[in-house]
Amino acid sequence: MDGVAKTEIIPVPRELAVVYNRADRIFRRIVTSGALTSLILLGLIGMFLFVKSAQIFNDRGISFITGSNWTAGSGDGVIIDDFSIGPMLTGTILVAVIALIIAMPLAIGGALYLEFYAPFRIRKILNALLDLAAAIPSLIFGLWGLAVFTSFGERWSVLLNSRFGWIPFIKVQNEVFGRSPFIAGCVLASLIVPIITSVTREVFSRTPRDLIDTCYALGGSRWGAIRTVVLPFGRSGIIGGAMLGLGRALGETVAVYLLLNIVFRYNFRILESEGGNIASLIATKFGEATEYELKALVAAGFVLFILTLAVNMLAATIVQKSTVRK
Amino acid sequence: MKTLKQGEIAMVENPQINVVTMVEAHSPQSNFRGLEAKNIHAWFGKHHVLSDVSLRFPERTVTGLIGPSGCGKSTFIRLLNRMHEFIPSAAMAGQVLKDGEDIYAPEIDAATVRLKIGMVFQKPNPFPAMNIRENVLSGIKLAHLKVADHDSIVENCLTRAGLWKEVKDRLNATGGSLSGGQQQRLCIARSLAVEPNVLLMDEPCSALDPGSTLRIEETIKELAEKIAVVIVTHNMQQAARVSDFCAFFLTDGGPGYLVEAAPTKILFTNPSDVRTADYVQGKFG
Ligand SMILES: Nc1ncnc2c1ncn2[C@@H]1O[C@H](COP(=O)(O)OP(=O)(O)O)[C@@H](O)[C@H]1O
Ligand SMILES: [Mg+2]
Repeated sequence: MDGVAKTEIIPVPRELAVVYNRADRIFRRIVTSGALTSLILLGLIGMFLFVKSAQIFNDRGISFITGSNWTAGSGDGVIIDDFSIGPMLTGTILVAVIALIIAMPLAIGGALYLEFYAPFRIRKILNALLDLAAAIPSLIFGLWGLAVFTSFGERWSVLLNSRFGWIPFIKVQNEVFGRSPFIAGCVLASLIVPIITSVTREVFSRTPRDLIDTCYALGGSRWGAIRTVVLPFGRSGIIGGAMLGLGRALGETVAVYLLLNIVFRYNFRILESEGGNIASLIATKFGEATEYELKALVAAGFVLFILTLAVNMLAATIVQKSTVRK
Repeated sequence: MKTLKQGEIAMVENPQINVVTMVEAHSPQSNFRGLEAKNIHAWFGKHHVLSDVSLRFPERTVTGLIGPSGCGKSTFIRLLNRMHEFIPSAAMAGQVLKDGEDIYAPEIDAATVRLKIGMVFQKPNPFPAMNIRENVLSGIKLAHLKVADHDSIVENCLTRAGLWKEVKDRLNATGGSLSGGQQQRLCIARSLAVEPNVLLMDEPCSALDPGSTLRIEETIKELAEKIAVVIVTHNMQQAARVSDFCAFFLTDGGPGYLVEAAPTKILFTNPSDVRTADYVQGKFG
């Protein structure tokens, strides 16, 4: 065993430094600053909103979020300022959730059709149309909702109410049926379906081909393959798409403004002709707001900002937890 | 011959049936049991990739398909259980007979065909969202088969695939927690659960280490005591070790074709075509 010296000393580990070359260093700086910029921008926006609305939260505390009044003072002290966004906050969530519940099955079904059932040529055309639809401004959807959809929506509402009126959500107090959270939610659903379809289809198309082939080779049908591999594999993408749609629905302004009877009263009856959301509140009141009311509107914006952020973080967590690991 | 429209899977009666003679001698045409390809052609769009291949795969044999890349082995094997038609522009001509019955006949249900002619793929691919047990049973669920005793199927299939001893204590672990070779044996067990009569394997060992490869070869030989196995391989030694019959495919730039098919010993020691001799000796490919 000559030449193989047996040592008792365990050596100190050497440092393994990763050295980037010049091009890598420059590129790294560029992409890092890009990523940082958006982060800083987000922070600054949040900070701006918070600073501008701090006085409101200070004055009103939690009642700004729970109260259900939006009254501008008369200036002479007879009527005093009273600003709170409770119904608008719940309305925001209500309309967005209705939109999402309607949009998700349509979007997933559409994505599955496009990816697994549509003939090749039709698929191409529909994909192009879908991207086009995703780019239509929401104002157009709002106008379409107002001019065309409302009359259908009202008929569906009547039907729903007559069948399921015993469910608290579907009960109404006044049988008016127009300009309700349901109708606004339907139009918002049509607004967000294209983007969700697009995202989920993209995810479905990345299902490993050999897993799908395996399902067929085991005597499975298309639907079997979809259930066994495509949906589990695409779960995180479905959630991601849903959150993207939800984010858009939460922040939607014009369409809701056009389609919803904005009333400052808590309302969870989806067919009732009253509701509202924060974004449309801000749009409605912004023009003629007093200085103090303006601050209240910024505070409302801050709440919406936090809500959207929370939804996105929740989505990120769910996506992370449910990602199928190979 | 009828002209094919694009995307059409056509049945063509070919008058000049020249089935390769390798096993004809000891299995009369009339009641041949097993899988038989007759005058198979394949296209992808206008691209003619396989020309006039006729081969027989009798029960209880292993047939190796060898040949250089791109000569149409995968295309051919996918034609044997109607997987070819999933590619949008794919077309075929000829017949595939299972126990004498044309699997491309209009009244035949493709899913039922695939149930009886299973397939194992190149890359081990257990279903990632399922554990070992669920993976084995997945075919039963997919094909809506009614079976009484799931446990015995799981044990039986894993045993036949040579994996039972290694995994019997962790049937609830995910397939992904197994080694590559174990995953591939799990995939074999999964195919066996629906009781196929033929198992098609497209380079099942090309992603595995030599030890795992030998395990799978043992498994293949055991399977062949009951069913027909067709295995595509790039590994000459593997073909020599595992197969009873061997078929050599080639392409000269045009569509792939069958050069010769023979009992493996003969193909490797005394082939009738000089190109076969060159290929099995590793002179090209
Ligand atoms: N999905 C496909 N679309 C178009 N051409 C294909 C497709 N799959 C295979 N081919 C072509 O068919 C020929 C045979 O391929 P393949 O059957 O994979 O050969 P092998 O398995 O022997 O390597 C090749 O020329 C290949 O380019
Ligand atoms: Mg191949």
